[in-house]
Amino acid sequence: MRSVACGDGDAFAALYDIVAAPVLGVVRAVLRDMAQSEEVAQEVLVEMWRTAPRYRPERGTVMNWVLTLAHRRAIDRVRSVAAAAARDHKAALLDQVPEYDEVTEQVEHRLEREQVRRCLRTLTELQRQSVTLAYYRGLTYREVAAQLSVPLGTVKTRLRDGLIRLRDCLGVSA
Amino acid sequence: MTTADTDPHTLTGAYALHALPDEERARFTRHLSTCGSCADEVAEFTATAAKLAVAVAVTPRPAMRQDVLRRVAAIRQLPPPTRPPRPAGTYRRRLPRLALAACMAVAAGLGGIAVREHGRAEDAATEAQQARQRTDELVAVLGAPDAASRRVPLDGGADATVVVSSARDKAVWMTSGLTAPPAGRVYQLWYDVDGTMRSAGLMDAGRTDRAVVLAGSANSASAVGITIEPAGGSTRPTTTPLALVTLPA
Repeated sequence: MRSVACGDGDAFAALYDIVAAPVLGVVRAVLRDMAQSEEVAQEVLVEMWRTAPRYRPERGTVMNWVLTLAHRRAIDRVRSVAAAAARDHKAALLDQVPEYDEVTEQVEHRLEREQVRRCLRTLTELQRQSVTLAYYRGLTYREVAAQLSVPLGTVKTRLRDGLIRLRDCLGVSA
Repeated sequence: MTTADTDPHTLTGAYALHALPDEERARFTRHLSTCGSCADEVAEFTATAAKLAVAVAVTPRPAMRQDVLRRVAAIRQLPPPTRPPRPAGTYRRRLPRLALAACMAVAAGLGGIAVREHGRAEDAATEAQQARQRTDELVAVLGAPDAASRRVPLDGGADATVVVSSARDKAVWMTSGLTAPPAGRVYQLWYDVDGTMRSAGLMDAGRTDRAVVLAGSANSASAVGITIEPAGGSTRPTTTPLALVTLPA
């Protein structure tokens, strides 16, 4: 990444190979539509190049940085009026991490996938639904509360409690 | 109203998942700047969310890679935020240390990701290693206590910067906004040694924005020149230099 930050295109290509699949994955989880997802993912990856000199390692790994950016951009897109109108809200309730074509699944991500599935199962039903609706569907906590017919305060605490459990189960440190 | 509705600390989860409406997000962002434990928790939750993203990874079409790399080749990067505004024209000064530190500090992040999260760790580590070796020499010159730089404008809005360290007897050449050379041609760099041009190496034709450490002794030269030469380079300049930059004393 320091090479990327210094304008090294080869280093950027190497970084692309590491982050592109998770970036496209999270954008597609939120947007659903593959064409739009590719468009947003490309914007994110170009943004990663453009802003690399401003990346601050003390704020987290490159992967966290770019995936946070990808999720944010996907959310921005989905919350824009046009996208929201075209979106299928009814398909929003998630039971688990979305299943995608096995063909497109990268082998090296299978381990993470299994680990995340396992850890999601340690959450309460309400925690899991809150976290997955918010993250994978890009709903605000207010929308999550409406979907699940629970009070706003409950959703806030379930999101936090769910993330605490996930964090501990996944062994994540900042 | 429940406590959860009023206590801002409980919003860390919603914040990290981008689940706050804009105005609440802005309010909580302000709160974060005064709440260290909240910021720590948000950082951990953000890292947790990244795991959720990796779990749904989808391999992009190969065409997307080509598209992105092509777009990136035409886009100039933002300067590091710590860099002071650059005076116009030729000048001499120490390189900003913070900007350099920003370039140097990031490698650990890339290596860490590669090893922890990916099967292709070995390839990525090798790449990172090569990149590190490439930049080590560069960094040694740029970071030398006696490093001095001079920047000159080139045609077409491009500019060239030479950084020299007498202690290391080396110079680094950097250009910004320089267009690729015509097909079958390369940019060749020269040291002016007592009026004689000595080759100091070629620039990668596709990578004109990449900094290069000049080959040979910087201390014996008075200036650095750049010419367009046939592929493979020449033993003497065959074209008029695009620029001749006097080395900073």
